[in-house]
Amino acid sequence: MVILAQNWAQAFMDANPGKVLQVSGGGSGTGLAALINGTADLANASRPIKDKERKQLMKRRGAEAHAFRVALDSLAVYVPAANKIEALTIPQLKKIFRGQTTNWKDVGGEDRPIILYSRENNSGTYTYFKEHVLDNEDFAATAQTLPGTAAVINAVSKDAGGIGYGGIAYSQGVRTVKVAPADGDPIEPTMENATSGKYPLSRFLNIYSVGEPSGIAKEYLDFVLSPKGQDVVEGVGYYPLPKEATAATE
Amino acid sequence: MRHTKKDWLLAGLTGLSLAVILLLLAVLLGQIIWHGAPVISAEFLTEKPGADMISGGIWPAIYGTVFMTLLMTLAGVPVGIATAIFLNEYASPRSRIAKVVRLAVNNLAGVPSIVFGLFGLGFFIIFVGGSIDSLLYDDPTPVWGKPSILWASLTLAVLTLPVVIVTTEEALRTVPRELRDASLALGATRFQTVYKIVLPNAKGGILTGVILAVSRGAGEVAPIIFCGAANFLPYLPTDLRDMFMHLGYHVYALATQSPNVDAAQPTLFGTVLVLLVLTFSLNLLAVIIRARSRAALRP
Amino acid sequence: MTEQVLDAGDGRAPAVNSRRRTTLRPRRAKSKLASSFQTPLWHRVAERTIAVLALTAIAAIALIFVFIAREAVPMFWEVEFAEEVELRDLFLAKEWKGYDEPVFIWQPVGEPAKFNVVPLFVGSLKVTFLAMLMSVPLGIGCAMFIALYAPRAVREIVKPAIELLAGIPSVVLGFFALMVLASWAQAAFGFHFRLNAVVAAIGLALTIVPVIFTIAEDAIQSVPQTLTEAALALGARKYQVALRVVLPAALPGIAAGVVLGFGRAIGETMIVLMASGNAAIMEVFDFTTSVRTVTATIAAELGEVAQGDPHWRVLFLLGVMLFGVTFVLNIVGDLAIRRLQKKLTAES
Repeated sequence: MVILAQNWAQAFMDANPGKVLQVSGGGSGTGLAALINGTADLANASRPIKDKERKQLMKRRGAEAHAFRVALDSLAVYVPAANKIEALTIPQLKKIFRGQTTNWKDVGGEDRPIILYSRENNSGTYTYFKEHVLDNEDFAATAQTLPGTAAVINAVSKDAGGIGYGGIAYSQGVRTVKVAPADGDPIEPTMENATSGKYPLSRFLNIYSVGEPSGIAKEYLDFVLSPKGQDVVEGVGYYPLPKEATAATE
Repeated sequence: MRHTKKDWLLAGLTGLSLAVILLLLAVLLGQIIWHGAPVISAEFLTEKPGADMISGGIWPAIYGTVFMTLLMTLAGVPVGIATAIFLNEYASPRSRIAKVVRLAVNNLAGVPSIVFGLFGLGFFIIFVGGSIDSLLYDDPTPVWGKPSILWASLTLAVLTLPVVIVTTEEALRTVPRELRDASLALGATRFQTVYKIVLPNAKGGILTGVILAVSRGAGEVAPIIFCGAANFLPYLPTDLRDMFMHLGYHVYALATQSPNVDAAQPTLFGTVLVLLVLTFSLNLLAVIIRARSRAALRP
Repeated sequence: MTEQVLDAGDGRAPAVNSRRRTTLRPRRAKSKLASSFQTPLWHRVAERTIAVLALTAIAAIALIFVFIAREAVPMFWEVEFAEEVELRDLFLAKEWKGYDEPVFIWQPVGEPAKFNVVPLFVGSLKVTFLAMLMSVPLGIGCAMFIALYAPRAVREIVKPAIELLAGIPSVVLGFFALMVLASWAQAAFGFHFRLNAVVAAIGLALTIVPVIFTIAEDAIQSVPQTLTEAALALGARKYQVALRVVLPAALPGIAAGVVLGFGRAIGETMIVLMASGNAAIMEVFDFTTSVRTVTATIAAELGEVAQGDPHWRVLFLLGVMLFGVTFVLNIVGDLAIRRLQKKLTAES
């Protein structure tokens, strides 16, 4: 999501000369931790805030967390362009990332060991994948954790046996595979399928604030939700919010 | 002397290890220059990065690195020079205090850079910054107790302290003892001797140490990850409490977080090249000054 | 007593310097330094300031330890910590739900969070050991070549070249290992993991070689010429002198270089963060797997946790342990160098 935040910040600063935003990167945990520690006014996160984080926020900043849905994302599963595998089911993915399936031939591919690429462990992407694909079980210890989705993509693209996951906006240089729910057809992670909710790994991207946002934070948030801000979303490669899901507060 | 087969073998093996290292160095520099040089242009050096971090330039990162390094120098160098003067001019070599200071300096030199990062966070940001905040403001939103260019610079000042101390001490040692003795014999106090005789004569060496420390500090990334470096901040820091972009951190961010690593490669190589040119030219400057000051001291 | 400050920090300045300093300063100089009545006030102030500033290094070491420990030790009494983590699970294997045997696992996010530091130390030691395996022979080899065989012209080129290598920021070496070395190494050796301990170790070795080279070269140069000349006069061949006289005499210095290089390698962050693959695999003997080191774990995770969280405390604990390890290594290296100097000054 860093890249989305950067683009929003840039567009916002272009539209409002003289107003300066700072963007710091990392996973969702980075933003929420910064929010709790008081070093950020807004946190972008691709996962819901945890109860523990809510409590910490209340304790340290003395205010409730407010959540705003700001974009839609399909969590894509990547393989190198040369890998011909068409689709994977969620149970197959679970076995792969748990380390129980270790060769591509077991899921209908060629005979080649599977190399797992994962995200750093407090990123929203990591948490989402762990909850929705692994049923909260642990990743295989052999999964290499890389500090950004870009690093995952880069690694997968160079590794014939590689598989990784991450936000849809990053999928350049690799192939995304269709993902099938346990009892359904393979679905491609397109905008329509994400908007309609058919793709099993779709999620909202959120911005969190401490209490009601005010001042420049409020202006920024309004900008993000405006048509201009949503254009930025599409430009980066994520999906804009569906009309009925605008900015619901949790 | 006759050389036997075994002589040649040993010479060959040790020569080979040297060749391996020089080859790796050459490959590294070659790759970076080959891929990086075409990217360098006036725009690349003077413009702010685009929102994708790939387009545009790296000026804020250059500025941030230089600004941070300058602050670091201001904070660390006087302390380092004072320590070296104390060790070399005042303390008796057998005194316990000098021994402990030396031990501390040696140890400080070996503390891992990431531990300095933890220190900057735990001491400067949480303790010092947090204390200032709780004294001055009621609002729980931190003003001083958050990552900033000030805290990053101070953290690096501590990190580079041993480099300054060691090289300054070396420089002080090259000043002939006769000069000191003559000065003292003429009735000058020890401080006058240090101030008027020793320091001017050791100037070149001290400058070398300072430059080496600056070059070391400019390239360190691990300590500033939590202490003030920002991913994307296309504006220049104007306040000590601002975060800043940094060349080294930019390399790390580009290599791991840009949306399209292949497209980012030219920018990445260009940034690495700029960082290397910066540190190398500082090192080169240090070597030249050192050579000159040594030549000047030779009778 | 020789005056010597060990330079582990940048490997640029010569670390073993056998020049002795004899001082003629009066015994009581220190206590008298500010007492003379004709000294202007500001001289005395400046001298006091110098004496106080000289204590900064001591203060820094103490503050580093205290303020890192301060963030870690509340784990021993905090309820919030105890609710989430059992202290012994930090170090001992445990049979977690869903596993058939006790395992060492670092999975700090999840329910329950698993904070076992053993795989991280295994990773750190593995990559460090590999890097030492490469850099010790290379560093000593280079030093011997330069000290014993190289013509003056070669020496004049090589020494600055190695200083140049020492001056390369580690993020650049990490970048080089990640972008260039990893692909080459995989093409050459067919590694299962593209990013692995070997690739990171090559990157690390490039930072360690200058440290070992500088100290080893100084140690070899400071072997008294009388020793080598005596051996040659007795009819020894040059390689015999090199291996049986010079090398043993220089051994304590070389050992110090190795210890300091080890400390440097285990504390290096950016190279392993970028090039080691960061998988916390509990595997001791297979060097081609990915590794997750202590340093990379701190760098990658600390930014993502809230202050005071159990995860935060554990990461600072890792910092304390890392500090402890390098502290001990530094003292050992320091002692080795001191002993070397004593021995040399006694002999000459």
